[in-house]
Amino acid sequence: MAHHLFLPLIVPLFSAGVATLISQRLAWARVIAVAATLFNLGYGTWLLVTVATTGRQVTQGGGWVAPFGITLMADGLSAIMLFLTALLTLVTILFSFATIDARQERFYYYPLLLLLMFGCSGAFLTGDLFNLYVWFEILLVASFGLITLGGSRAQLEGGLKYVVLNLFASLCFLVGAGLVYGVAGTLNMAHLAERLNAIQEPTLVTAVAGFFLIAFGGKAALAPLFFWLPTSYHTPSIAVTALFGGLLSKVGIYALYRVFGTVFQSELGRLAPLILAVAGVTMVVGVIGAMAQVNVRRILAFHIVSQVGYMAMGLGLASVAGLTAGILFMAHNIVVKTALFLIGGAAEHLTGSGELKQMGGMARREPFLAVLWLLASFALVGIPPLSGFFGKLGLIQAGVAQEQWLIVGVAAGVSLFTLFSMLKIWNEVFWKKAYGDMSRLPRAGAGLLAPAVILVAVSIALGLGAAPALEYSVLAAEQTLDTVGLARDVCGAGGCDAVELAVARE
Amino acid sequence: MYDSIILRNVSRLMFPILLLLSLFMLVRGHNLPGGGFIGGLVAASAFILQIIAAGPTYVRTSFQINFLNLAAFGVIFAALWGLPGLVTGEAYMLAFWLKEPIPGIGKLGTPVLFDIGVYLTVIGVTTQLALVLAEEPTLYPIQRPPARPNATAPEV
Repeated sequence: MAHHLFLPLIVPLFSAGVATLISQRLAWARVIAVAATLFNLGYGTWLLVTVATTGRQVTQGGGWVAPFGITLMADGLSAIMLFLTALLTLVTILFSFATIDARQERFYYYPLLLLLMFGCSGAFLTGDLFNLYVWFEILLVASFGLITLGGSRAQLEGGLKYVVLNLFASLCFLVGAGLVYGVAGTLNMAHLAERLNAIQEPTLVTAVAGFFLIAFGGKAALAPLFFWLPTSYHTPSIAVTALFGGLLSKVGIYALYRVFGTVFQSELGRLAPLILAVAGVTMVVGVIGAMAQVNVRRILAFHIVSQVGYMAMGLGLASVAGLTAGILFMAHNIVVKTALFLIGGAAEHLTGSGELKQMGGMARREPFLAVLWLLASFALVGIPPLSGFFGKLGLIQAGVAQEQWLIVGVAAGVSLFTLFSMLKIWNEVFWKKAYGDMSRLPRAGAGLLAPAVILVAVSIALGLGAAPALEYSVLAAEQTLDTVGLARDVCGAGGCDAVELAVARE
Repeated sequence: MYDSIILRNVSRLMFPILLLLSLFMLVRGHNLPGGGFIGGLVAASAFILQIIAAGPTYVRTSFQINFLNLAAFGVIFAALWGLPGLVTGEAYMLAFWLKEPIPGIGKLGTPVLFDIGVYLTVIGVTTQLALVLAEEPTLYPIQRPPARPNATAPEV
């Protein structure tokens, strides 16, 4: 039993509690937030190595035997996501030191960030479907607080749309969880996978799976339920936008991978054409929506939607190759998207406006920031040898191998339009002549640049170390699809039904 | 706040009774309906009754409790009693019980302590929510547009 899996949950929870108690002593709250995030980052790194060397890690909450208690488990996918969550939270905290005002910081900013990390880490580690719902609620409540922190009119308006759509998606999730419990009589993921693969009434299971597709599709901002994302993500402070843009919609994608790759694996083949169609529409809608925008963060927010489509495409291909490429693409995108938000946000912070019309001249004034932008945006578009290339290449290769020509064409075409949007921001923010007198504006200090530098460095490392990253993604994809191994690791060699029978006999 | 002398006096009487009831709910909760969450709700209702009868300012000044901090303390306290399992090399939240039940109270163990943490958290969160909602009209008064001098009254 790998009881260490509790640590990345206990540490943020305790730190969030303590940070609430001392929220008025800002220096201490900052120290606690950074310490907890560093702990999770270190733990995430260690977990990546441990999972690669010794395989899936499993433990049971409260020591209750597997299909009865709540299972925590970490496979390759969980470890990647846990690591990236801690990395993004750390970078966000560092960036907010330079940008956010102290009044907002005192208003429970750090406790909320820590709770968000707590909720995300829990969602990535749980092996129980209902428990996943609970973790989703925790991270949503924290994100509701963060998105309206500041209380301006635009924030409340954006926050309302965010809350309403997410509550609707949560409702679908809850209905689905109830129905699946009625059909299979369990909520443990390993046990569910074991039972649903042997079930006699496939249509019923397909209907239930549809609820989960709507729920997680809505949370991941897949078409047609994407509209809440671009209307809300540009309203909070820049640091919060960056964290949400990198992380939150990908929790939905993670849940899709977990639920359709593991729990409803028997349904994945049946629903794959639908998922592919949704993925294609999402890519196109997102990228076209971005073309019409004239605000840095709104453009980037529409690109989140577009890129979530690529990740859904990895799932829709319903193969190890597709899932591998999807995971690799997701890891790259989480890093690069946040980097872009941080760089664009730094430019916005310096100029005092995010409207393209009122920006400009950044290339001359902050050449280092401009270089960072070029690197990150080329990585996003997928120009080799930067990190985005290999994920997209893998997706397209998997699509070609399965002769899904339409989605392959869409994926390749959308990349071109992504380049167009990135160049638009480059032209308007960095290349164009300055809007008005810039000599009074503040200069970018190390505190503003360092977070973006960290992420761009990670992105470059992902590109240069593509071979080990790909190997790890293959491991993660295989573990996600391996339901037999999951049941063995969670419930023992006989599977979960055997445990339940043995207990019933006693 | 609802200004009524009957409500004010009854709520003052009810306050200790509700708190005692909430403690009873908390203690009986392990095997019977009740527990930290329900007990916490009952206790919070005692505070909320005071808010309705005497107003949020009265509750803030006379109790001197920071309810949000109470909730945070409750979370820490509840999470703390999961740790003995982890320290002894077992799973987090593993229950430890006293061998002999204590007469009048029943069996005691870490789940009871965990429940006390839940109890405090629920009191803190629920009362804080009610306080903030009750204080809202005084904190953010509704801004009406100034009356125009020669405006005619709207026809009904």
